[in-house]
Amino acid sequence: MAQVFYPSANTIARVTLMSLPIAIIVIVIAVRTASESDYVTGVNFAVDQPVEFSHEHHVAGLGIDCRYCHTSVEDSPFAGIPPTETCMTCHSQIWSDAPMLQPVRTSWETGQPLRWNRVHDLPDFAFFDHSIHIARGVGCVTCHGRVDQMPLMWKSQTLFMQWCLDCHRDPYPHIRPREAVFDMNWTPADNPEAQVALQAAHANIRTEGLTNCSACHR
Amino acid sequence: MSPRTCARLILALVTLIAAGCRDMYEQPKGDPLESSSLFDNGMLARPLVEGVVPRGALRDHSPYYTGRDQNQLVVQAPVPVTHDLLKRGQERYNIFCAPCHNQNGDGQGMIVLRGFKMPPSFHDERMRAVPDGHIFDVITHGFGTMYPYAQRVPVADRWAIVAYIRALQLSQHATLDDVPPQVRQELIQRQNESVPPADSPLPSQFPPVEEVRDE
Ligand code: HEC
Ligand code: HEC
Ligand code: HEC
Ligand code: HEC
Ligand code: HEC
Ligand code: HEC
Repeated sequence: MAQVFYPSANTIARVTLMSLPIAIIVIVIAVRTASESDYVTGVNFAVDQPVEFSHEHHVAGLGIDCRYCHTSVEDSPFAGIPPTETCMTCHSQIWSDAPMLQPVRTSWETGQPLRWNRVHDLPDFAFFDHSIHIARGVGCVTCHGRVDQMPLMWKSQTLFMQWCLDCHRDPYPHIRPREAVFDMNWTPADNPEAQVALQAAHANIRTEGLTNCSACHR
Repeated sequence: MSPRTCARLILALVTLIAAGCRDMYEQPKGDPLESSSLFDNGMLARPLVEGVVPRGALRDHSPYYTGRDQNQLVVQAPVPVTHDLLKRGQERYNIFCAPCHNQNGDGQGMIVLRGFKMPPSFHDERMRAVPDGHIFDVITHGFGTMYPYAQRVPVADRWAIVAYIRALQLSQHATLDDVPPQVRQELIQRQNESVPPADSPLPSQFPPVEEVRDE
């Protein structure tokens, strides 16, 4: 009977066995990298919208405050997406024939709300509240990035639990005075007056309980 | 393999698959503004029934809620004007009104420069003479091409804005004598240092009085 295994099979078996752990490590690393890649988490990917609404244009170009549109951000968990009426306060006269804005006008005439696609969406088992973050001086830009440079909205953070916790363990470096929360360009000034304001903002923070599971999973 | 082990294996497999379903990520509950195929307008949240009054939100017909007293617009805001009220008014004015009426109230805001109808300046004679109730009424019900802002500006903030507009009007018609002596010196000094811009649309005998700034 002919040989089933040639002597070289020994080498092949050894190499295979030895490379097995390496293969496993490579696969684990690849899966981790892939699951944290921007492609999977959606970070830095602009989301298509029914109307090409540009924050760059409205915020940086026209200087409109976030709260003109996201009115409830200061006093409720939900920041709020503007109803069609808010667009119409200006677009009843401005670009009132532009085809680009046809969905807005149709929505206004028919009463059917516009269907914006969500960009940030936490899983339903995690609780998030805008109002407390705003009240304690976490800027929009800290969590949402340079919104004033986004022609279409994208996520600038993963919103992973690890990301929330990194800040909740030590929020102080991310805190600014309450008035600077909506300012996209704010950097801590070096004069004594600004330092006092910053100290006062820090003094508001309560860190105990911030990393308890029940703070966010309630 | 006995049928028992087989069943156990299948059960374990099903549990594993179910665990991977992540059905806690999308729970059968409604988020704010979520869509739903259940209703005509595609929204899950239902609008309030006409005339419904939420607990603790009863609005009587007092001047505070209507800006009117026996159908007459109130001349003076029915709230005490404090520094805090003015600061709140300034903040809200700059958010909701300044895009059109401009930060100084002259009606040359950014949206007007881009083609919106130009509103009257708050500093002309007529606007200086209107009763406080009129401004309140315009915010609540809109005026001509201006949409109402009642949805976004609650009653307390409307009075704060009214008070702030009054302060703006005062600031553009103030004389040096209206300024407290300590600040007066500083103003004179500043005026000597800086020449006001030539195309300034405002009467500029004096630099604008220091705004109530919180930035
Ligand atoms: C003129 C109105 C307007 C202004 C002003 C405005 N936004 Fe928005 N914003 C919108 C609309 C409409 C959407 C929904 C469409 C989209 O996602 O682009 C939105 C979406 C967003 C989202 C994403 C929501 C999601 O789906 O997760 C964020 C974050 C946001 N805005 C932040 C800001 C910040 C920060 C500012 C101030 C610097 C601001 N916006 C100013 C109208 C506005
Ligand atoms: C405070 C006034 C104001 C509000 C509110 C507003 N816009 Fe605009 N919008 C403008 C102006 C002004 C322009 C551009 C004019 C210019 O630059 O010539 C514009 C331009 C646009 C354009 C043209 C594309 C672009 O960005 O250049 C789109 C689309 C648009 N707006 C959508 C919206 C939508 C949707 C809303 C409601 C969420 C909205 N706007 C709310 C003032 C406003
Ligand atoms: C601490 C981080 C943080 C800060 C600060 C923050 N946001 Fe958000 N924002 C989030 C998260 C997380 C979500 C997703 C919430 C969800 O899915 O329930 C979100 C969602 C939104 C949305 C979508 C609607 C909603 O509420 O789900 C808008 C609009 C928005 N943010 C605007 C703003 C504006 C404007 C500011 C500044 C005033 C701001 N955010 C500050 C973290 C933040
Ligand atoms: C950049 C810093 C920062 C980030 C990022 C951040 N937070 Fe916070 N969070 C804070 C601060 C500061 C407070 C207020 C602490 C206090 O009460 O003084 C807070 C408070 C909260 C509270 C209220 C806690 C309580 O006991 O009432 C919740 C809930 C919360 N955060 C959820 C989240 C979630 C969920 C995320 C991630 C999606 C997140 N936060 C990301 C800074 C942050
Ligand atoms: C600061 C807020 C915060 C705190 C505190 C927190 N979590 Fe989370 N957690 C989150 C958020 C946000 C997510 C969703 C992340 C995502 O998008 O997958 C999450 C997700 C999870 C998940 C699901 C993970 C996954 O990959 O599906 C588990 C399990 C979890 N948290 C357990 C815990 C436990 C246990 C604690 C206490 C030790 C805790 N969390 C404390 C915010 C928090
Ligand atoms: C989108 C632009 C816009 C915004 C924002 C806006 N207005 Fe106006 N406003 C106008 C225009 C245009 C007129 C002139 C209307 C007309 O004559 O048809 C006007 C008129 C007025 C008048 C004068 C009415 C009269 O007697 O002639 C008052 C008072 C007023 N606005 C107050 C406010 C206040 C307070 C706010 C903020 C809460 C505000 N407006 C926000 C555009 C705007």
